[in-house]
Amino acid sequence: MNKLNPSSIKLIEEAVEGEYNFIKKEEIMEENIITLTIDGQEVKVKEGTTILQAAKQAGIDIPTLCFLKDINEVGDCRMCIVEVEGRRGFATSCIQTVEEGMVVHTHTQNVLEARHVILDLIISNHAKDCLTCTRSGNCELQTLATKFNVLNIEFEGERTEHKVDDLSPSIVRDFNKCILCRRCVAACKNVQKIGAIDCINRGFESCISTVGDHSLNDVNCTFCGQCIEACPTGALHEKETINDVWVKLKDPETTVIVQTAPAVRVALGEEFGMPIGTNVVGKMVTALKRLGFNKVFDTNTGADLTIMEEANEFIERFTKNDNLPLITSCSPGWVKYIEMNYPELLSHLSSCKSPHQMFGAILKTYYAKREGLDPAKMYVVSVMPCIAKKFERQRPEMKEDDLYDVDNVITTRELARMIKQANIEFEKLEDSNFDSPMGEASGAGAIFGTTGGVMEAALRTAQDTLTGKDLAKIDFEQVRGGEGIKRATINIAGKEINVVAASGLANAKIILDEIKSGKANYQFVEIMACPGGCIMGGGQPIKSSKIRSEVDVRKLRADALYSIDERSIVRKSHENPVMKKLYKDFLEKPGSEIAEKLLHTTYTKREKYNI
Amino acid sequence: MKTLQEIHKIREEKRKELDLRVNTKADTREKHILVCHGTGCTSSKSPQILENFRKILKEKNITNVRVIKTGCFGLCAKGPIVIIRPEDTFYALVTPEDCEEIIEKHIIKGEKVERLLCKDIDGKIVNSLDELNFYKKQKRIALKNCGVINPEEIDEYIAFDGYRALERVLKEMSQEEVIDVIKKSGLRGRGGAGFPTGKKWELTKASEGEQKYVVCNADEGDPGAFMDRSILEGDPHSVLEAMEIAGYTIGANKGYIYVRAEYPIAVKRLQIAIDEARDYGILGENIFGTDFSFDIEIRLGAGAFVCGEETALLESIEGKRGQPRVKPPYPAQSGLWGKPTLINNVETYANIAQIILKGPEWFSSIGTETSKGTKVFALGGNVNNIGLVEVPMGTTLREIVYDIGGGIPNGRDFKAAQTGGPSGGCIPKEHLYTPIDYESLKEIGSMMGSGGLIVMDDTKCMVCLAKFYLEFTVSESCGKCTPCRIGTKRMLEILEKLCNGEGEELDLYKLEKLAANIQKSSICGLGQSAPNPVVSTLKYFREEFRQHAIQKECKTLECKAMAKITINEEKCKGCGLCQKHCPVNAIDGTGRDKRIINQEKCIKCGTCIASCPFHAIGN
Repeated sequence: MNKLNPSSIKLIEEAVEGEYNFIKKEEIMEENIITLTIDGQEVKVKEGTTILQAAKQAGIDIPTLCFLKDINEVGDCRMCIVEVEGRRGFATSCIQTVEEGMVVHTHTQNVLEARHVILDLIISNHAKDCLTCTRSGNCELQTLATKFNVLNIEFEGERTEHKVDDLSPSIVRDFNKCILCRRCVAACKNVQKIGAIDCINRGFESCISTVGDHSLNDVNCTFCGQCIEACPTGALHEKETINDVWVKLKDPETTVIVQTAPAVRVALGEEFGMPIGTNVVGKMVTALKRLGFNKVFDTNTGADLTIMEEANEFIERFTKNDNLPLITSCSPGWVKYIEMNYPELLSHLSSCKSPHQMFGAILKTYYAKREGLDPAKMYVVSVMPCIAKKFERQRPEMKEDDLYDVDNVITTRELARMIKQANIEFEKLEDSNFDSPMGEASGAGAIFGTTGGVMEAALRTAQDTLTGKDLAKIDFEQVRGGEGIKRATINIAGKEINVVAASGLANAKIILDEIKSGKANYQFVEIMACPGGCIMGGGQPIKSSKIRSEVDVRKLRADALYSIDERSIVRKSHENPVMKKLYKDFLEKPGSEIAEKLLHTTYTKREKYNI
Repeated sequence: MKTLQEIHKIREEKRKELDLRVNTKADTREKHILVCHGTGCTSSKSPQILENFRKILKEKNITNVRVIKTGCFGLCAKGPIVIIRPEDTFYALVTPEDCEEIIEKHIIKGEKVERLLCKDIDGKIVNSLDELNFYKKQKRIALKNCGVINPEEIDEYIAFDGYRALERVLKEMSQEEVIDVIKKSGLRGRGGAGFPTGKKWELTKASEGEQKYVVCNADEGDPGAFMDRSILEGDPHSVLEAMEIAGYTIGANKGYIYVRAEYPIAVKRLQIAIDEARDYGILGENIFGTDFSFDIEIRLGAGAFVCGEETALLESIEGKRGQPRVKPPYPAQSGLWGKPTLINNVETYANIAQIILKGPEWFSSIGTETSKGTKVFALGGNVNNIGLVEVPMGTTLREIVYDIGGGIPNGRDFKAAQTGGPSGGCIPKEHLYTPIDYESLKEIGSMMGSGGLIVMDDTKCMVCLAKFYLEFTVSESCGKCTPCRIGTKRMLEILEKLCNGEGEELDLYKLEKLAANIQKSSICGLGQSAPNPVVSTLKYFREEFRQHAIQKECKTLECKAMAKITINEEKCKGCGLCQKHCPVNAIDGTGRDKRIINQEKCIKCGTCIASCPFHAIGN
């Protein structure tokens, strides 16, 4: 492999920078209505609608593979071809827009044959080991093969062979299953503006890879996992670590403690066929207990702890007007991003560890002492919506006396697999509660899972601290919602605080550039690596392109979190009795010496390319 | 900066000075030695020839003779070519060592150097260019200045009406009038598809947008094609002038020429031409004192064939991976950086100035009903006169191959001609009389393409030919869409099976099914036309395919796996010549024995067949 010199790295970055600005479709000013005919049905749609969308409105589901709404609309795979009367060749329904009087046929003999051939060709160059594939049953290629009843491959031939890249702690890439739809490339390059992967080589030899064909572990990947969420097949998946959990669960010497992130409970049910946005916290806790975990705790409690420390950090900096804005640090993909791309801004990053890391550190100190446990014989598992957490856990800063705060991170998907492997009928489970005494959490902790949530939780505590009152106005609507960037000015104790919550790394870049250039005057910034926050993390249940184009998955999951918050009795982190006791018994006060030692961390400039 | 008056003066004076280039009776004591500096002749040391001439002239203190570097004369098979004007003496296959003799004899003594004079196919010595059969049926419009002017001197271009069309357009014509002239001329895109040029200009003009672009597609990539390269090397200003006219017409102020980096001479001359034009104020702000401003930049292609496809070309100019976009929208609506963009091929542009100057009626009087003007072809393969030819549309393939091309070498028979490169098809003997224009070529399963024309004799295997072109498209597919990326690969695998004697009859059906679906469902022209070479060979040479598939037989020696060379016992006289020539000692027998080929050793090179005086050896 070739070494890259700094100038070529710069060139690559400039290319990513200038190249694929994520162009949002221009809003059509006047809403003209177009009438067309699809498969004999008259359809009326707005001007600018694609043929695919128009068909969907008429209840016609044109098959697609490379299409991913708003992210990858390029027409590469050719599955969505349709015939348009009077037009030479096929139309590409996922990108071509409707025209007045257009007559579309979506399943003529001609189209069907072409689709069969295309599907046949794709499968001919695909590792057909569905039985041993993590995406079996949730694979868009498999779904199409079933739909078209592909019984044998007519055009078998040479298959491109690739080495599996499993060197990173987070992502496994198996391009023997890649169908070159490039949804992952679009997610990485357009949505996140990272550009860690792109197409290399030409023709039949084309494949998705990194600069110089290096491992993802050695390039500018942040391990956000949006590529996995975009992949229609099993070419990209998390590095599974549930075997280690099974081993520890069967070991009588080890106390195995599990904690679950806020976003997991509103997505786990999807893996068992439940509607998107169902809160399954009770069933989840029961299942975890049935799996044999000795204690089941809530990372929301860790989130409350993070707020205690971070609000304190903010108030200190804000009152001294020192080192502002404060930028949140609970998203490990985001932390890796700023370490690689904006090391000069690292001092702005909150020194707080992320909630599950804080919680792990407390479990192995305060809790262990209290329960008389040997920290060396404790095994803390975090169930996370995130694959970057797998990387974060292993950071050298995340251990104390040679013991890692957290010993294993598994994703929502992996937990679902464990439950299935343990023959648990999840849907039929009774609810149960997290274990005491570390199980109670506030509503503020719950909303950590969505973009704007950390900000809102911190503001609740900050305003009470700054005013010295117990304020009733605790909903900060300005920072809620699905927009990638939410700016607001909040008045606390007569002082104006400029805040912004950004999710998705492309948006993070915008905010950082504003800060760097001095264009913006923020005091508090929340950034999440994944668009929409943790509920849309790289470890969450994977939704097909079809679902993603029909349903606002982010909103459904976020609504569920806000409803947990609303129904909580305690909605401010500092009012959580667990916090009160913890600080009284052990941590003294936020920012104390012991708190600094256990709950805070440091960051370093990180090279983008270790090659 | 030059004023219009100054340019007029240059034209007038320079034209007088260069009269000897085009007038054999020019009244002058001067002589011009023209040395071809196209890529072919350059590789055969023509720069050294030029240098030697200049050195010798200086040594001998001869001052009335100038040595000029020109673009391609066309008859590349005879290169390096040297022509002396005004007498129009044609010296072929000149070496740097010949310069002394040419000066000594031709220039000083006034005698011709007999041994270097060009010989026609029939062996007849020709004294001048026009006597050659190769040139008799040609009509040079796009190549008008190639071989006449020094492409690196703007004054020489100006002398032969250069930038007069631009002046007329800017001073006297409205945008609509230009479009009208181009439409009336019937000019169609020379890049291959034949879209009416005037219509394209009209559409781009009609597209709304403050910023528009003019692009020149000089990414000539068909194997064996070098028409555009020769125009750029021989007459770069003709392209610049046309792009400016296009810019004025559609309302653009910026042009890009996308040219292959593998054409270093063309790139260099284009850059010189752009610099000179800027220097004269012919490119830049307020051209000729009007409020029209226009500038041109060169963009180099990195060698991907697909970048000749217009939308992939645009992506490449934008700095992205060269991959096509789905059309519509067409570049005229949304092209470079999403702005309305006019994109034409080099040869198309090379016709524009003359259409403006001589009028659309003149242009449309040449050619056929639907295809007007001329077409440049790069003639190659099994044909005597390999080179660059420009013929009126409607000229038959037979005329090109036999009259201009001088027929097939070594007394072999014509088997097929391939036009349109990897996107085109092959034309069999029965269609030799087809007049070449866009429609008739399409009708017989080929296409005009950019102008590659490869002739094949009867030693060529048509399955191998199809395989050759598929190998090309497979390695040049960008990999974006499924049918082209995987489909063409599967077709190639089947063809490889057939050539290895491992095929079956079902394979022919599979080829046809794949071809039809790849043609219909690929994104761009490359994929849509990739199966054409297979489809057309299957159509005209199906029996040959069947022989490969069923009998496992190839009548030619090209499919080595199936070839079995044997010696006819009755005809063999035991002379042993074959044995002498065999490179691997695969022929047994001594003395006057009848010779036998050891099949295990034989590598099927065919040397023995060629060496046998009694035609006793065959496949």
